[in-house]
Amino acid sequence: MNWTAIGAIYRFEMARFFRTLMQSFLSPVLSTSLYFVVFGAAIGSRIQEVEGVSYGAFIVPGLVMLSVITQAISNASFGIYFPKFTGTIYELLSAPVNFLEIVLGYVGAAATKALFIGIVILITATFFVDLHIAHPMAMVLFLLLTCLSFALLGFIIGIWATNFEQLQLVPLLIVTPLIFLGGSFYSISMLPPAWQTVTLFNPVVYLISGFRWSFFGLADVPIGISLLAIAAFTGLCLAVIWWIFRTGWRIRS
Amino acid sequence: MAPILSIRDLQKTYEGGFQALKGVTLDIEQGEILALLGPNGAGKTTLISTVCGITTPSQGQVTVGGHDIVQDFRAARAMIGLVPQEIALQPFETVLNTVRFSRGLFGKPRNDAYIERILRKLSLWDKRDSQITQLSGGMKRRVLIAKALSHDPRILFLDEPTAGVDVDLRKDMWDTVAELKADGVTIILTTHYIEEAEAIADRVGVIAKGELLLVQDKASLMAQMGKKQIEVQLDAPLDRIPDALAHLDLALGAGGESLIYTYDTNAARTGITALLNDIAAADLVLRDVQTRQSSLEDIFVDLVKGEAA
Ligand SMILES: Nc1ncnc2c1ncn2[C@@H]1O[C@H](COP(=O)(O)OP(=O)(O)OP(=O)(O)O)[C@@H](O)[C@H]1O
Ligand SMILES: [Mg+2]
Repeated sequence: MNWTAIGAIYRFEMARFFRTLMQSFLSPVLSTSLYFVVFGAAIGSRIQEVEGVSYGAFIVPGLVMLSVITQAISNASFGIYFPKFTGTIYELLSAPVNFLEIVLGYVGAAATKALFIGIVILITATFFVDLHIAHPMAMVLFLLLTCLSFALLGFIIGIWATNFEQLQLVPLLIVTPLIFLGGSFYSISMLPPAWQTVTLFNPVVYLISGFRWSFFGLADVPIGISLLAIAAFTGLCLAVIWWIFRTGWRIRS
Repeated sequence: MAPILSIRDLQKTYEGGFQALKGVTLDIEQGEILALLGPNGAGKTTLISTVCGITTPSQGQVTVGGHDIVQDFRAARAMIGLVPQEIALQPFETVLNTVRFSRGLFGKPRNDAYIERILRKLSLWDKRDSQITQLSGGMKRRVLIAKALSHDPRILFLDEPTAGVDVDLRKDMWDTVAELKADGVTIILTTHYIEEAEAIADRVGVIAKGELLLVQDKASLMAQMGKKQIEVQLDAPLDRIPDALAHLDLALGAGGESLIYTYDTNAARTGITALLNDIAAADLVLRDVQTRQSSLEDIFVDLVKGEAA
């Protein structure tokens, strides 16, 4: 393993993040506060509790997931798309590094940024609601796995995209709806039975459910299945990336 | 000594079926400077990109320092520095960070003193903290060179390094190339400026339509293919070539004030003695005599034209 190269990519990517640290920090704080004002105050005044948890606290895991997933995807997709766009990818392709090292550098940096945002949101949330985390270790594990797997997905999107519109397309048309419909702001059990079945085809449901379990000990689907789902998703992304670098799809002519 | 770069029957067919390289075979010795000449679309960039790992070869074998570029890509690529034809840089990074990044990417530990030396040599040290967007085109090209040199490569590919670089800077760049050569670095460059090849190359290769038409020592190439001309300035202008000289293949210079004789430097008899004797016999008074040798440019144009015909 060329750890120096991985470190170089990682540091280079993180440097961009640190240059805009204020932005990176302010926007999640602001959006989280807005969500609490809108959802927590407006809806929370009608729905007092969901399964014994106050509505404000209930939406925290979903809120964290929403931002973490969006951030992981956008950071990773932009991170690898930009070198393609500027042409600097020539350097990655001509460097003595293999695909795993490139992925570790870019995905590692994107996941770190997403993790940072997730933590900022969690801390912001404590200003609005009382939070007790039932299984802190599991919570951290879920958070890490989510950052990582969606950064992998973002990396794939960045390689697939041939213009900036496409870069926005997948997150906008597929990922965001899946997150919103994945039980970020409600419990699946609140839906009519037919829709509950449909929802189970949404992979994000398993993530949010598992993450919520780590907070409150309650889940829409069994925790084991949640873990299995995210592991399968990570594996799938890794397989796709391995194939991309093997065939040089959209990067090497 | 084994060649530092060995290319065997290298072929590249792009997706879509265009064959950009049709079996190139080429050996490059350690420490030499090879200039690749060829018209637009000849396949120069494709050749370089394939050796460097940016495009995948369709057929053939390339070894760098004995390492196969596919099986042993790490060792092969670690020896190579590449300055691409197109300027490609991340716009909002600083010069120093960009160059440091390149060194790290090639697996070398951070070495600020070394980077400083490179940036100073390329007159970029004052600009080290500037963003790439704040640099001129020529400066950006030098940043690319700094990046390519950042990991101390043994082979340097320069794909049109002096395109868009002013005359002074071009001379500086030639000096830099000479210094690198003195350090034992092998250099392969492409250029459209024939005087550049003439000025710095040890050997010249000519590519057209994906084929290497010729690779030859620059001096012997010019000697072999070079035609020389003698221009004899006359005291009094002529309106036509005198009958006494009609048997020689002469041309009349501008205004009839000179006679031009073209000969092959390699011929057993150049005919110069006969020419001068005959001129004297024809009672022409000489004012001056000049000789001219055809440049690489003429040779190059002849070759590529010949190929097109
Ligand atoms: N990615 C690609 N896909 C398909 N064809 C390509 C690709 N890149 C280059 N070509 C074609 O291959 C041929 C050789 O291109 P190349 O860039 O190697 O030429 P070159 O000798 O470097 O020319 P120039 O002097 O203009 O830089 C051209 O006909 C070009 O159109
Ligand atoms: Mg070219």
